[in-house]
Amino acid sequence: MRLEYFQMLDRVDAIDFEHKQIRAVSTVPEASTVFEGHFPGHPIMPGVLLLETMAQASGYLLLAMDDFSRMPYFAGCKQANFRSFVEPNDTMQIEASCIHLGSGYGVIKAAIRKDGNIVCDAELKFRQLPFATPALKDYVTSQGLRLGLIKSTIAGA
Amino acid sequence: MQDTFNTVAEIISSTGDVPVDDIKPESHVMKDLGVDSLAFLDIAFEIDQKFNIKLPIDDWMQTVNDGKAKSEEFFLVGNLCRNIDQLVAHAAVA
Repeated sequence: MRLEYFQMLDRVDAIDFEHKQIRAVSTVPEASTVFEGHFPGHPIMPGVLLLETMAQASGYLLLAMDDFSRMPYFAGCKQANFRSFVEPNDTMQIEASCIHLGSGYGVIKAAIRKDGNIVCDAELKFRQLPFATPALKDYVTSQGLRLGLIKSTIAGA
Repeated sequence: MQDTFNTVAEIISSTGDVPVDDIKPESHVMKDLGVDSLAFLDIAFEIDQKFNIKLPIDDWMQTVNDGKAKSEEFFLVGNLCRNIDQLVAHAAVA
């Protein structure tokens, strides 16, 4: 995880196209400027960044299901719950399942586990739109490669 | 059609925060009822799930943007209900 670059995922462990699910892993860095303010003497991952972590796993699931042809934009969130703290050096298992794929949008249920226990979960909505620029598509594709997702996609095709 | 209208009106009212009595077949979902594109996603999700269909929103928007149809054709509540009924009938045949 590179917090300052909004790279919230380390790798994708598995993707299941039949059940529209993805599982990713990420380890929180020991030090980050984020923790200098959140909070002094008690560093914990901000809830909004846990939400972003779930959103990125969900987004990559939609990208893979869509063969990286459209960009999923985070459009809404319902029933977000933050159940316990995530601290530096914690390893998170992120799960996301697509519960509905509409015309130009997708709805995802996502959760983060730590040591097998759910620490947060939410229902996320994404609008799928054409890539705004070729550079954006290149960047997202490069991130798919970094995460091992594109290789997984091809292998699972 | 009346059942579809009642269901759709209830969805628009609860999801789009619109008084149900304001919703008429001739109401435009966006222009008259003030539903924005994000709220319409929630409405589409509820309609998709309730009727077990997939509203072809992307196709509709493309058709409107290309000037091949007016938005009223898809987003007047009455026309929306008619399209839903057709999609449900088509799904039943398929």
